[in-house]
Amino acid sequence: MKIKLIATVSFSLMLARLKQTTIAAVGVTFGITMFITLLSFMGGLNDLLDGLITKRSPHVRLYNEVQPSEMQPVDILPQYAGYHNFVSSVKPKNELPEIYNSREIMNTLERDPRVSGISPKITAQVFYNIGSIDFAGSINGIDVDAEARLFSFSDYVTTGNYIDLKNTPNSIILGKGVADKMLADIGDLIQVTTSKGERVQLKVVGYFQSGLLDLDKVQSYASITTAQKLLGESDSYITDIQIKVNDLEMAPELAKEYASVFETNAIDIQTANAQFETGSSVRTLISYAVGITLLIVAGFGIYNILNMMIYEKMDSIAILKATGFSGSDVKNIFILIALTIGVLGGLLGLLFGFCFSMIIDQIPFVTAALPTIKTYAINYNPKFYIIAIIFSVVTTYLAGYFPAKKASKLDPVIIIRGK
Amino acid sequence: MSELVLEARNVNKYFHDPVTNQVLKDVNLTIEKGVFATVMGKSGCGKSTLLYILSTMDTEYEGELFIDGVNMRNRTEKELAQVRNEKIGFVFQFHYLLNEFSVIRIVMLPGLKLAKYSEKEVENKAYEKLKLLGIESEAMKKPNQLSGGQKQRVAIARALINDPLIIMGDEPTGNLDKKNSEVVYEIFNELAESYNQSLLIVTHDPEFANRTHRIIEMVDGAITNIVKMK
Ligand SMILES: Nc1ncnc2c1ncn2[C@@H]1O[C@H](COP(=O)(O)OP(=O)(O)OP(=O)(O)O)[C@@H](O)[C@H]1O
Ligand SMILES: [Mg+2]
Repeated sequence: MKIKLIATVSFSLMLARLKQTTIAAVGVTFGITMFITLLSFMGGLNDLLDGLITKRSPHVRLYNEVQPSEMQPVDILPQYAGYHNFVSSVKPKNELPEIYNSREIMNTLERDPRVSGISPKITAQVFYNIGSIDFAGSINGIDVDAEARLFSFSDYVTTGNYIDLKNTPNSIILGKGVADKMLADIGDLIQVTTSKGERVQLKVVGYFQSGLLDLDKVQSYASITTAQKLLGESDSYITDIQIKVNDLEMAPELAKEYASVFETNAIDIQTANAQFETGSSVRTLISYAVGITLLIVAGFGIYNILNMMIYEKMDSIAILKATGFSGSDVKNIFILIALTIGVLGGLLGLLFGFCFSMIIDQIPFVTAALPTIKTYAINYNPKFYIIAIIFSVVTTYLAGYFPAKKASKLDPVIIIRGK
Repeated sequence: MSELVLEARNVNKYFHDPVTNQVLKDVNLTIEKGVFATVMGKSGCGKSTLLYILSTMDTEYEGELFIDGVNMRNRTEKELAQVRNEKIGFVFQFHYLLNEFSVIRIVMLPGLKLAKYSEKEVENKAYEKLKLLGIESEAMKKPNQLSGGQKQRVAIARALINDPLIIMGDEPTGNLDKKNSEVVYEIFNELAESYNQSLLIVTHDPEFANRTHRIIEMVDGAITNIVKMK
């Protein structure tokens, strides 16, 4: 009953000032719309960019770096154990970046329940030959099936069929940039020079486009056996083991564990791509800051309209009090006005925000760098909507609270005397 | 001896702005049930000030105020609002009608606030009061569609809606012409005679005052004389 009475008075006051009330609500709607659109768009963009990295990066990568050994012979000798030994100009041993015991390691990893998949890899430095010109590049020898399953290899093979890489001996999928430079068509034979000086002919079965232009200008793919043949190594030669784990958050921990167990170098995705994380969080932060600023501006709009309303309705407030409405009744009347503006404006804002997001989702976004992307990406996370509506209610409540408090403190005697 | 509706004991009131100034001096006053009393005095002698205190809207005074036998000292703002809602009907010189509402809703508002009756019952009562004042045909209009005299009658109907113990008026006929003043007097008189309603009305009009039960004369914040007519 009491709430109903207060609501009646609130709504009458709002109706009497319909135009200003609407403008205040439109302010909130605008703020919430922008908040939702901005966050959904930024979220989509972040997902897209993160996807570029996380989809194609191993969670943990095992490799062997060519580096000088930490223990020099003098350190091992027992008679010099207690001494500080100074050895200068230490050089690494002449060895290949091979992972020793790779077969054993892979078997162990296959059985590890925390691992969802592994894919071995060989990186080979080569020169691509175009007539008399050579240019440097690299060929990744991959396990085609594992690579397709774990890293969506097939998505990035824009021309040709990725499976030919496995089925055709001595075949290669060229980076798009490399292919353009070499003017190589599908089915052509190209020639590369290995780091040991051997010349090898390979058959082009496809083009690869990663989205990172610089990478596509130097990198190509071959099957693991082709790469081993290129390097003249045995079939146990592997330079990288790429691991996908079940829980991404565990990656840094697992990297440490594998490094010590398998005596190799290991790097986790978080460490390898720290700069991307930073980019994402900064973008999110900016979106929130802009959205919240808009809402605060809308809050000031509500504050203004309420102050004006109270100023205009002094007489009404005085007579309400004289006829038995208490200060808190008057306060509730104005807070209800603010909340109505906030909730209605906010809900409309959610709707408009959703519509705008859907529109942006349809806008074509074609770029040579991102072959799998056709339109702008949008993240429809319900979290954004919940935050937005909570925030709009809180801001409008605060914006309404202070004018309402003022109204509740108005002394009817002073107003009536002023007449 | 009929029952006391309102009693003021040794009420003193000071204003401190710009200089301390005693506006009410040791005011003692009783109003019994069914009494129609008027307050008269020169402009600035403190009539309005007294009425604001008696109606519980002004709480900064010395002395004691009893309404319906209950002391109004140390009451919360909420309790005083409740007292005004239930026991006091106030009519001002200016009508103070809320322009957003129709006449019937304006009259109903204090009744809805009291919440003693259902909305339907309050509406019926409001119609009754409007009928009593002869303006039931204006029920659906907005205040700005009424004449001055009609507005004042709506204000009286609003004061009556909760069947208050006492009706207070601060120059309720001050803005009205002779004819409309007469109408208001007739209404008040009728309320007093037929419904045993207590009234305390400030007026400058001797013709109005002379036809009531009692005239309270004030000079410089003090009651100097109480004339009982009947
Ligand atoms: N807020 C205030 N501050 C200081 N003095 C005040 C204040 N309000 C009223 N007064 C003074 O109190 C005295 C009484 O004022 P009040 O309004 O009660 O007079 P009144 O008898 O109702 O006069 P009128 O017949 O003109 O309405 C006046 O002298 C006035 O100047
Ligand atoms: Mg006065």
